[in-house]
Amino acid sequence: MAANGKTGQRPMALVNARLLDPASGLDGPGGILVENGAIADFGAHIGADGLDPRFEVVDCGGHCLAPGLVDMRVQLREPGEEHKETIATGSRAAAAGGVTTMVCLPNTAPVIDDIAVVEFIAHRAREVKLVKVFAYGAVTRGAKGADLTEMGLLAEAGVLAFTDGTRAVADAVVMNRALSYASIFDKMIIQHPEEPSLAGGGHMNKGEAATRLGLRGIPPVAEVLMIERDLRLLGAAGGRYHVAHVSTADGVEAVRRGKAQGLAVTCDTAPPYFTLNEGAVGDYRTFAKLSPPLRAESDRAAIVAGLADGTIDAIASDHAPQDQDSKRLPFAQAAFGAVGLETLLPLALGLYHKGALGMLDVIACLTNRPAALLGLPSGRLAAGAAADLVLFDPDHPWRIEEADFYSKSKNAPYDGHPVQGRVERTIVDGRTIFAGRA
Amino acid sequence: MTTPPNPTNHRFPHRHLLGIEGLSSADISLILDLSEGYVAQNRQADKTRSTLHGRTLINLFFETSTRTRTSFELAGKRLGADVINMTVATSSIKKGETMIDAAVTLNAMRPDVLAVRHPDSGAVSLLSEKINGAVINAGDGSHEHPTQALLDALTIRRRRGRIEGLLVAICGDVLHSRVARSNIHLLNIMGARVRVIAPPTLLPTAIERMGVEVFHDMRKGLEDCDIVMMLRVQTERMQGNLIPSVREYFHFYGLDYDKLGAAKPDALIMHPGPMNRGVEIDSAVADDYGRSVIHEQVEMGVAVRMACLDLLTRDLDGGTD
Repeated sequence: MAANGKTGQRPMALVNARLLDPASGLDGPGGILVENGAIADFGAHIGADGLDPRFEVVDCGGHCLAPGLVDMRVQLREPGEEHKETIATGSRAAAAGGVTTMVCLPNTAPVIDDIAVVEFIAHRAREVKLVKVFAYGAVTRGAKGADLTEMGLLAEAGVLAFTDGTRAVADAVVMNRALSYASIFDKMIIQHPEEPSLAGGGHMNKGEAATRLGLRGIPPVAEVLMIERDLRLLGAAGGRYHVAHVSTADGVEAVRRGKAQGLAVTCDTAPPYFTLNEGAVGDYRTFAKLSPPLRAESDRAAIVAGLADGTIDAIASDHAPQDQDSKRLPFAQAAFGAVGLETLLPLALGLYHKGALGMLDVIACLTNRPAALLGLPSGRLAAGAAADLVLFDPDHPWRIEEADFYSKSKNAPYDGHPVQGRVERTIVDGRTIFAGRA
Repeated sequence: MTTPPNPTNHRFPHRHLLGIEGLSSADISLILDLSEGYVAQNRQADKTRSTLHGRTLINLFFETSTRTRTSFELAGKRLGADVINMTVATSSIKKGETMIDAAVTLNAMRPDVLAVRHPDSGAVSLLSEKINGAVINAGDGSHEHPTQALLDALTIRRRRGRIEGLLVAICGDVLHSRVARSNIHLLNIMGARVRVIAPPTLLPTAIERMGVEVFHDMRKGLEDCDIVMMLRVQTERMQGNLIPSVREYFHFYGLDYDKLGAAKPDALIMHPGPMNRGVEIDSAVADDYGRSVIHEQVEMGVAVRMACLDLLTRDLDGGTD
């Protein structure tokens, strides 16, 4: 992808920036030189003065310049549901959100359970040529929960880990085999932590709000039950286990205990679970119908605490585009999910603005930590590394307007929501793929 | 009645041959030494002796088998015994009851040796409690198949002159394999180093406690090996349960020339048969007669079983209660 030479792209000097690199702990003034798609040099000594005139100079105005975001949980809907999102529209949304690497779930049609689908996605991403797109392979064929996929061949084709996407691997024997088989290839099994026999048929968090609305609830225990079961299996089978979008206090606590025991367990969460609670469902707002559901306020606070103490390793957008036909329905019939690529950074920065996490800790959850889980070299500033960068003003106040989304679907529970922090430029392999909203 | 000379002064101390576990290196050497004579005998035009004249061998198979049963049948006939084959279908009747009933009934007919195969681990040992004669385990579930390990050992010893110190890789479905377990016991007793190579889904828990090194990467596991023992993988285990597919299995664990390149240049290739070509072993490798000793294993099988029959009947009386 580093095609600067071929395209005749000018080397770039990003100067007058606040450099953020959580991997090295760097937070200070400086600049970055980008040449041939890679970071040539960076640090406090890089400024506009005395620069070779062949450099295109970008004055960052003192704003934050960080590794591009690595989003480890995205649904791109292509192939199969291109009316909701495509690799092209999803990539534009990602670029606008400061995301330079994203990993898509295998819940496409066909499911990513065969190397041909992996190659199709890679091919489309090369054509679109915006952000770097990777895929997860399904754990089971058709994500049906029964028969293991060709994990070895899928790993060789480039999938970064295995997950059945929005479905839990419910069968204990299948999970046991998946953990041990995937361990040969050092790949994580990523679980949608929800015991289906408890959660099935539910539409929102089980509790007072669900009772008042007359909606069937999804109990919080469905999450911790699955996590605790899987941790038992992990202890016996070995391998690596990752809990996706943890949403409950008990779920975070289970992961915290698993880590304390030395198990190879990690987890992520998504902005809705630390910014909203079940109250957002309000009067049957289907855009707030998520899986897992928005939980109680005490759960939201526990997610923030889990991020603050490092129990939660990463923040992913959990981007789940749904068209109008899937959402303008009675609550019980509406589809789960919210788009998130374009709101990931400002919502995560809310943790910093509220004093819950330091700036570098927020950025770590979005860059080097997910990259490390996935075995990717990105998410850090290093000489010679690909110049995947995001420039953002951390303080700029604005209101989320769903109509402005680049994503093909507009389903976010945040319309009119005030946030601080705005992406000004997104760079992939030294190439500016987003230069701010008009 | 003449018996071939006992090459050592060791006397076989067991009434039955239920497994390799529990045998000593002297026991194993005794069987292998005796087998050598029978290999020679089997290569002559007149293959028959009267060592077991008047004795009765019953091949009692609760699981279908062609080659093992034929091998026992030939072994008995070449020693002059009367041989009866009984194949008992287990699917239609309650297994335990049938087996004990069959054992008691057969015992009343005063057979001298029973070669028994059963799909359940431990069943042959249970049956042997009801038998006055000698019982040879011809394979019980996923437990043991001692004559297979002995014939493998004979094949190796004849080719390499020794077993001690060799590095042997056992590859494939160790989880379900009685051949693997018997070989692991025998090779350890005889001083070889044993590796097992398989995905974790095809390895039983704590297999390393049986005295093997575990490898999931076949090329690494085969490095410097003297012997490559392949195991049969049942295709019904290849439908995404224990392994995702045949093509994935062959890609990572099928023995082809590429992976074999990691082993010693003169490494022997063994397989207990029947082979799944293109699943656990590439056809070209299986048919490479310079290195594949698969047919030789079958030949050694008859000689080893003759030696076992011979040894187990030496001290056997007429079968009084």
